[in-house]
Amino acid sequence: MDAVLETDHPAASKAGVVDCDIHPAFSKPGELAAFLPERWKAHVRDFGMPTPNVYVGALAYPRLAHGMRRDSYPPAGGPPASDLSFMQEQLLNPLNIEFGILQPLSTGHGTLNLELGAALCQATNDWQIDKWLSKDARLRGSIVVPQEDAAASVREIERRAPDRRFVQISVTPRSLEPLGRKRYWPIYEAAQHHELPISMHSAAYGARANTGAGWTSFYIEEHFAFSHAAQTNLASMIFEGVFEAFPNLKVILVEGGFAWFAPLIWRMEREWERMQAEVPHLKRRPTDYVRDCVYLTTQPVEEPPVNRHLSDILRWVGTERLLFSTDYPHWDFDHPDHAFKVPLTPQERRAILRDNAVKLFRLA
Amino acid sequence: MLGVEQGSGQTVIAGLRAIDCDVHPRLPMEADLSPYLDSYWREMFDYRGINRLELMSYPVSTLPYRRPGYEKAAEDAASLGKALLDPLDLSAAILNVISGAHAAYDPYLATVLCEATNRWIAAEWLDVDPRLRGSLLVPFQNPEAAVREIEKYADDRRFVQVLTIVMGDHPLGQRIYWPIYEAMARNGFVLGIHPGSSYRHAPTQCGFPSFRVEEMVGQSQVFASQVASLVAEGVFGKFPDLKVVLIESGVSWLPGLMWRMSKDWKGARIEVPWVQEPPAQVVARHVRLTVQPFDSPLEAREVEWIIEHLGSEDMLLFSTDFPHRHRGELNDWPVMLPARLAPKIACDNVLATYPRLEVRR
Repeated sequence: MDAVLETDHPAASKAGVVDCDIHPAFSKPGELAAFLPERWKAHVRDFGMPTPNVYVGALAYPRLAHGMRRDSYPPAGGPPASDLSFMQEQLLNPLNIEFGILQPLSTGHGTLNLELGAALCQATNDWQIDKWLSKDARLRGSIVVPQEDAAASVREIERRAPDRRFVQISVTPRSLEPLGRKRYWPIYEAAQHHELPISMHSAAYGARANTGAGWTSFYIEEHFAFSHAAQTNLASMIFEGVFEAFPNLKVILVEGGFAWFAPLIWRMEREWERMQAEVPHLKRRPTDYVRDCVYLTTQPVEEPPVNRHLSDILRWVGTERLLFSTDYPHWDFDHPDHAFKVPLTPQERRAILRDNAVKLFRLA
Repeated sequence: MLGVEQGSGQTVIAGLRAIDCDVHPRLPMEADLSPYLDSYWREMFDYRGINRLELMSYPVSTLPYRRPGYEKAAEDAASLGKALLDPLDLSAAILNVISGAHAAYDPYLATVLCEATNRWIAAEWLDVDPRLRGSLLVPFQNPEAAVREIEKYADDRRFVQVLTIVMGDHPLGQRIYWPIYEAMARNGFVLGIHPGSSYRHAPTQCGFPSFRVEEMVGQSQVFASQVASLVAEGVFGKFPDLKVVLIESGVSWLPGLMWRMSKDWKGARIEVPWVQEPPAQVVARHVRLTVQPFDSPLEAREVEWIIEHLGSEDMLLFSTDFPHRHRGELNDWPVMLPARLAPKIACDNVLATYPRLEVRR
């Protein structure tokens, strides 16, 4: 296992790195039960946790190698990213991670029984504190909320906001309705009030087909389509007027890559020019809202065959809105030293790897 | 060579002998289709009120589809010639009917709508103006009948492609459609994929958006998913001569898909072992795009970057999307496209894409 550790590797960035996408895992099934009230423990035991996913406890598109870095299994046993000491040894220490932001998956966002979803979110947030945030001062948490129940979501945000170790609110982009619709606005009001960005992490299942023409057959199709949910919700939030109503709200699109971003903005601008009379509540151009309110994490960084083309993409997206992420421990992990195979100024590199996140999350 | 330049230095289309790959005749009504129906269906159309089948997802009666000053310009072949083909000096124009024929839930109704619409296109448009070409409508809801329709028109080379909407019943790579592609490939038809939905599925992963502008913005996602489907399912390995034209897709989203699919393929190719080369290469060989609309950055220099990112200058095909509303004057070469590529985009790429298309130069 030593062969894969990076102890000999030069530190990625002397100034430190903020990793905006780390997936903490349970050591064993049922680990969350300790954080659930008896009523819900019994419910889950007897009725399970219904989600709009074809299988119980398995993904519709089985991942290659379980979707994990092959070297990420802790020597002491358990699944990848379930053991803090190995996460420190493999990720936090060698990559000089100054802050690592946890993005718990399978949290209750997408649970169809909304009361159960709320209990699971609350338990997940308690679990983050207990297993991770209280054990390593570099780690930061995401307030996961049962987004389809806005009132319950606001209650969870109010409960966690005083704990500054939670730095963002996590919703799934595979929402029942596009996330700009008014039923979600109480969440944004609370987010703006507490200066907590909304993080939207790519998600593997939802209630609707993963393309407008039905379900894909293969993971290789599904994976790119993750970015489509982010695109849908960004357009929805802009055209519904979310950023008009909550001008200080920040939204982070996590784990969808970013080469699609500029073409989407150009498209929104062009269509808005033709159809702005349909959305008279917008007082500014789509680009203006994007400039002030939207961030993206970098992983999986696109890899054009000509490296120089990535520079074009970075110029269009703007290095000021990119937040570095590894997606540890998933198979398509990005390393801070190798992810950007293009010339960046020291300031740009530092902005992407650290400073943008420090400022956005008020980490310093 | 580049067309006549006006005082402003703007390249104009007249003079290029351009081929327009996306022109919309008006929607056929019951009275137009009735002569091509048998007595049962003629009665059914009347009895069930089957008349104007305008797609909710491609609502041509609404503002974005009305180019000011051209409201009646696609009523018939003569007015289309006068409004578009004559002034732009087009050598050919491909007619795309986007109607309920693509979306009908009843597979037999879909079949007769396609058959009748094709006959209407041939009789009322192609027979009238020899510069016009047709996109064949076939019922993807009924693949057996679709194959029969393709065979029926194999010798009428005025029909140059088979047209489908981007959001139908299933992703287009799936095997249910392979008999259609087999018949198309054998007869040199191109697959044209055009915006529109049968609404059997929500247009986004999060359901239906509130506004038309959002739905328009979202269409490019589904084009991406269709390219991914065609590649991942192995359609291009099975039908190596098949070309696909993405019509009104917006274009500039494609490099991002090509890069991501090629990256994922390195890790996930074992899932689709029949895909034996990087998806970006497959896409560059088989996929073509019409240029109106083009989601582009503002600076011309940066538009050249997009063409570099595509990795090929052979992929773009000229189109006006007439009579729908877009930026710029009808006769101006689209400002976002490099004038140096005008001869390729306007003619050469088009002729290289459509094996059945022949024009007098």
